[in-house]
Amino acid sequence: MNVWRSLRRDGWALAGAVVVVLFVLAALFAPLITGVVGQNPYTYHLSTLDGSGAPKGFGGGISAQHPFGVEPLTGRDLFAIVVYGSQVSIAVGIAASVVSVLLGALVGLVSGYFGGWTDRIVSRVVDVMLGFPSLIFMIALTAIVAASFPRPALIVLVIGFFGWPAVARVIRGQVLTLKRRTFVVASEAMGAGPGHVLLTQLLPNVFSTLLVYAAILVPASIGTEAALSFLGVGVPPPTPSWGRSIGDAVAWFSTDPAYLVFPGAALFLVTLGFNVFGDGLRDALDPRVSRRGSHRRRTAPVPTEELV
Amino acid sequence: MTGTNAQDEAVLSVADLSIAFGQDEADRVVHSVGLDLRAGRVLALVGESGSGKSVTAMSVLGLLPPTAAVTGSIRLEGRELLGADASTLREVRGGRIGTVFQEPGSAFDPVYSIGDQIAEALAAHGRRRSRAETAERIVELLTSVGLREPERIARSFPHELSGGQLQRAMIAMAISCDPVALIADEPTTALDVTVQAGILDLIRALRDTRGTAVLLITHDMGVVADLADDVLVLRAGEVVERGPVQQVLTAPQHPYTKALLASVPSLAALRAVPRPGAASGAAAAAPTDRAVAVLDHASVTYRRRGAVVRAVDDVSISVDAGRVVGLVGESGSGKSTVGRALLGLVPVSGGRATVAGVELAGAGRGRRRAVRRRIGTVFQDPASSLNPRNTVGWSIAEPLQLAGRLDRAKRADRVARLLDDVQLPRDFAGRYPHELSGGQRQRVAIARALALDPDLLVADEPTSALDVSVQAAVLQLLKDLQARLGFACLFISHDLAVVRELASTVVVLREGRVVEQGPAEQVLTAPADPYTARLLAAAPVADPAAQAERREAWRQLEEVR
Repeated sequence: MNVWRSLRRDGWALAGAVVVVLFVLAALFAPLITGVVGQNPYTYHLSTLDGSGAPKGFGGGISAQHPFGVEPLTGRDLFAIVVYGSQVSIAVGIAASVVSVLLGALVGLVSGYFGGWTDRIVSRVVDVMLGFPSLIFMIALTAIVAASFPRPALIVLVIGFFGWPAVARVIRGQVLTLKRRTFVVASEAMGAGPGHVLLTQLLPNVFSTLLVYAAILVPASIGTEAALSFLGVGVPPPTPSWGRSIGDAVAWFSTDPAYLVFPGAALFLVTLGFNVFGDGLRDALDPRVSRRGSHRRRTAPVPTEELV
Repeated sequence: MTGTNAQDEAVLSVADLSIAFGQDEADRVVHSVGLDLRAGRVLALVGESGSGKSVTAMSVLGLLPPTAAVTGSIRLEGRELLGADASTLREVRGGRIGTVFQEPGSAFDPVYSIGDQIAEALAAHGRRRSRAETAERIVELLTSVGLREPERIARSFPHELSGGQLQRAMIAMAISCDPVALIADEPTTALDVTVQAGILDLIRALRDTRGTAVLLITHDMGVVADLADDVLVLRAGEVVERGPVQQVLTAPQHPYTKALLASVPSLAALRAVPRPGAASGAAAAAPTDRAVAVLDHASVTYRRRGAVVRAVDDVSISVDAGRVVGLVGESGSGKSTVGRALLGLVPVSGGRATVAGVELAGAGRGRRRAVRRRIGTVFQDPASSLNPRNTVGWSIAEPLQLAGRLDRAKRADRVARLLDDVQLPRDFAGRYPHELSGGQRQRVAIARALALDPDLLVADEPTSALDVSVQAAVLQLLKDLQARLGFACLFISHDLAVVRELASTVVVLREGRVVEQGPAEQVLTAPADPYTARLLAAAPVADPAAQAERREAWRQLEEVR
């Protein structure tokens, strides 16, 4: 497929994809990777700390056993924390974007295709949602909901719920133009019901937009999860989370700057990776960007003469 | 050259022109084309899509994208244009060579008035003028292209004018600096025939009164017969035939020209005078019990900015089983709306619409959907009537899937047989629409329409987006399938000659009303209504002598009007 071909030619997208794949692998094989250096994110190493609780030695206690140093006060291995932290970030990021994209696609397709009152009501709801102070609402919600409700699932739902309006609005716009295209009218003229038109005619044509949105929503969701954990309403300790480590590290910055650097760099790299990859994907899927000049003419149909 | 006044110096002389979009020999789209444009003569550059006719014309103006490699020589009044610097080319464009484009609606900038845009063209070339002088010149130009109320036109914005008015204004702009040559790229293709006849008359007048040399680019042999003095036939970037119009159109030498002319649908000679006392032509024959689709005093209205617009007004049509009814009209006549009303896609507000014995207005949603499955539809633009994300086989099987009659294996089998019916190879089922040519796509659309053995086929301008040779093949296919399968067909078209090929009955629509209906031979040779007569007279035929007669007839009808 020429999407892959143009993605491969885009150096930035390729680099982004490599970064993303590395982090996903790290998340999947976290126990294996940390096992190699013989560490886990839960064991305390108080011997690595000095009297004030700060890590002993250079760069927050970097050593052969602790490649990224250790956590102040507890002495837990920071490398293990960062590697395990990618599990929460990536799982929450992907799950939340899937929720957003599914909701957004459903709402956008339905409101764009049916129009009328459905569309008017949905569009107003989208306007309200987009203007909503979502972070404050999320903090309030995570504080109110009973502790027995699994925290990661709640975060996925909350982030996903605030991501769909943007997707819905874009999909609705595309559907508005698509539904006037002749192939949709032709399908209706054949006696197709709304379900058939939505699933077989419209959905395949907005699918590339959904893919791009998913790729761009993942880093945004990862960022939101980190922000919630930073504010202390994310996943509960002791589950490692970059956001919480960054939140803790702020207080230690003057004595142990390395504690901020490693989780921060991980968060930065993974969001940048996803964003750059998403950009590349959008360019690859957009015919106006990818097919230019002679390339386009080469792929033009070659009509067989006797079959005109 | 073959022109009678060959001794005259050519205004524009193109020699050994080759154009390539890339390095390879295969990327070459124009192969050593030569042509001479002489003052007071019209040279027609004829060819089907992809023949390189527009590229050739744009190369004269230096308006090709930078990826194009142009070699050869283009001389205007003895000056070489190929490789000339930007300021020379700017002086030539609009100054020495005027250009008229196909789509007048998009050739004008929508945010400026017509007058402003002509003033801009005047300011770009020629001497400085005062404001009053400019205004005076604009009015003079607009008057010279036959526009009434030139002051109002100058003040108008493009969306306030009709296609014909815009094209006249475009011509006024093209001649604003008294160019020696005019390039008209499909100047009438986007216009209705009656408007086209007027525009062609105007270009002819410019040639005669101003001695302008005209390079006319067209695919329409009727337009060539009407306007051209000399013809150059292009095929895949190569000149296959050239000569005076009479010779090329009546005694073509090259097999390609012969085939091209043979595929042009023709109109019979016209008895232009409306039959006296036969004005009852608009009355419909009472629907028989063989009628598959009936519109009985049907109206379709819709609201536009609060006002009620009648797109279809009190129309009665009946399509009998096994018959083809041609529905003819110009743009805005409501002919497509009639088709959509029969499909139940737009509601009928007055009267009745009945298909296969089911009245659409009274039927519930499920019943309406069931009726639609007994109607096949072919739309105008094959590029957009197939879903680009699905394979051809999927599209053809879609109605079968919707009807839920056959399982997967039987569907595939039916698709294969339908592909045989429309004379496409069976392995096309796995291809995507963008891998097919326009004619092939239209065949796929026909296969899809016939998948459920419909009682009625609604074909809305099925060939107007196709080249003539492709059109002829598709029409023949429709004719054969109709004869074999015996479905009733409502054939909607703006082209009277195309309708004549297929239809046994013809209905003429104008502004949502039926002005005439009856047997095809009668309506198309001896029309009862003056509007039908004008429509017929305005449609050009591909024979210069016959076309001259038709033109005369058209002029007379216009005067009577």
